Amino acid sequence: MKDKIFKYLLFLAACLVLFLSAGMVYALISQSLSAFSHFGVTDFVTTADWDPREGEEKYGALSFIVGTLSTSLLALLFCIPFSFPVALFNGEYFKGKKIATVVSSIVDLLAGIPSIVFGLWGFYTLRPFIISLGLSEQGFGVLTASVVLAIMIIPYASSLSTEFISMVPNKLKEGAYSLGDTQLNVIANVSLPVAGSGIFASYILALGRALGETMAVTMLIGNTNDIPTKLTDTGNTMASIIANQFGEADGLKLSSLIAIGLLLFIITALINSFAKLVMQRILK
Amino acid sequence: MQQINETIYNNVTMKKLSFLTLILLLVFACGNKETKNNDNAGADKADLSGAGATFPQPFYNIIFKDYTSKTGNNVTYGGIGSGGGIRSLKDKTVDFGASDAYLSETELSEMEAEVLHIPTCMGAVVLSYNLKDVKDLKLTGELVADIFLGKITKWDDSRIKEINPGLNLPNKTITPVYRSDGSGTTFVFTDYLTKVSPEWEKSMGAGKSLKWKAGIAAKGNPGVAGSVAQTDGSIGYIGSEYALSLDIPIALLQNSAGNFVEPSAANISAAANIELPSDMRTMVTNSPEASAYPISCFTWIIVYKEQAYNKRSEAQANVLSDFLNYVISPDAQNVAANIHYAPLPEKALENAKNIVSQLTYNNESIKK
Repeated sequence: MKDKIFKYLLFLAACLVLFLSAGMVYALISQSLSAFSHFGVTDFVTTADWDPREGEEKYGALSFIVGTLSTSLLALLFCIPFSFPVALFNGEYFKGKKIATVVSSIVDLLAGIPSIVFGLWGFYTLRPFIISLGLSEQGFGVLTASVVLAIMIIPYASSLSTEFISMVPNKLKEGAYSLGDTQLNVIANVSLPVAGSGIFASYILALGRALGETMAVTMLIGNTNDIPTKLTDTGNTMASIIANQFGEADGLKLSSLIAIGLLLFIITALINSFAKLVMQRILK
Repeated sequence: MQQINETIYNNVTMKKLSFLTLILLLVFACGNKETKNNDNAGADKADLSGAGATFPQPFYNIIFKDYTSKTGNNVTYGGIGSGGGIRSLKDKTVDFGASDAYLSETELSEMEAEVLHIPTCMGAVVLSYNLKDVKDLKLTGELVADIFLGKITKWDDSRIKEINPGLNLPNKTITPVYRSDGSGTTFVFTDYLTKVSPEWEKSMGAGKSLKWKAGIAAKGNPGVAGSVAQTDGSIGYIGSEYALSLDIPIALLQNSAGNFVEPSAANISAAANIELPSDMRTMVTNSPEASAYPISCFTWIIVYKEQAYNKRSEAQANVLSDFLNYVISPDAQNVAANIHYAPLPEKALENAKNIVSQLTYNNESIKK
């Protein structure tokens, strides 16, 4: 009897979560319909106009899609030199040692820092640095946002790739060692090829995190609604345009913002399921 | 054993149930803002709730608290933005809304009943700049428009130098900073620029958010103020209530009488020393008054004229009227100047009183 009740409760809880996500998707779709029907789906995605003036309203998502993808991909690129060594350190060289636990918990701490704190750090520390390098007059822009974003996603990229590196069977490595290989060679020729797609998947998941990051990016990207053409240009991302303009938006603008939310949802879902697919392949 | 487990299980369910009931009770208790009818003779008791503009929020927080301590009626206020305030009143989820922009004819026609605008205090939009060793920078409306249009890009532009002969202006790029979020501050600022610059009127217009041509954007007054404070050579527009509470350099602006004025409380109030319409739906930017700060504005509380809607009690209507009269009373208006707002001038107060007296309950005017 108890078993049954428990089972039903679990079932109910699982269904509830499903219903919630279905409800969210429904709300996103139903409320973005008016924007899509007014501008057309392809036009909405491929134009970069964002003109909120009354009577001349014209909204397109392209500059925000470009902003989101460029900051996230750059962040991914910037985070590799930091997260990859951490993963090797914890998963290979000092696997199971105390120092590895210390390092990994410190890196994981990064994930617990609120996004606004990263934003403030970027605003008060990184931005003046970028100005002093002479890269831009005011220091806001895609580059600044990407660097902070990179630091924010390090824990996501490194902790999962640590798992995959430490999962490489000892037998394989011992085989290579017994043939007289150095540790570097073992890593390059055994560990990485075996764990490779897992590491790839963990970076894709980190990319998924970067796509939706809002607060820190909003504070640093400059919030101009044009397509950035170089690294130091200001821009805007899908998440930050929503955060910025949702409060006072209504009518067509509100619908357009929700449509951007839907697009972001779709992009993130695609990237995440791609990563899951790759991981399932390995774990089989 | 089985039985013990059963009992424990039952206990847990009981606890869960009572917990749930508690939560439900709490929810109902919170949702229930019905009148607590006349506990002490005479005075009506009711709690009020409002939502809207963030610009007057610090002022409202103080005077609403004062009102509560004077009368025992709670007044809650949510700073959700002017647009949200109008929406909330339209949805009838609040007793009053608050907005930095008066409702347009279209917006009025979309409301189900007649809406009254009660001005509560005045504020201004100030121009804050970041230039080392430059004090008392003077600007004209046209210069400001051209800076934000991206037509004047250097601080030592001859047109800026011309009206600032005593200043040593550097050869630095100007970075205009504007609001990334839709905002009443942007509306007031651009309403002013539309009046003083034909080019601005033609290519930009006035609105809560625009299609900007130059500069960077930041969220909220704190965002703009922070960006200006941290960026050499920048200039941004900020709500006076926020800017004046910080010690930041603020430009003197030329008004339509030709004087360069600072946004002091007296100069802001002076902007409304002009002929005002009886419904108070007006912008006082670019005021012709000699001492007026040119980017001054009212902020309004909006209510339905007929208070008997949504099964509202007469007590609620009476309290609302009493409350609105308090907001425009000398007590509350004196608070305004102390915290960097400007009080309503005489003429505006008179109009505001008239508007409050128009409130009705079942078509009968409210006596209070």
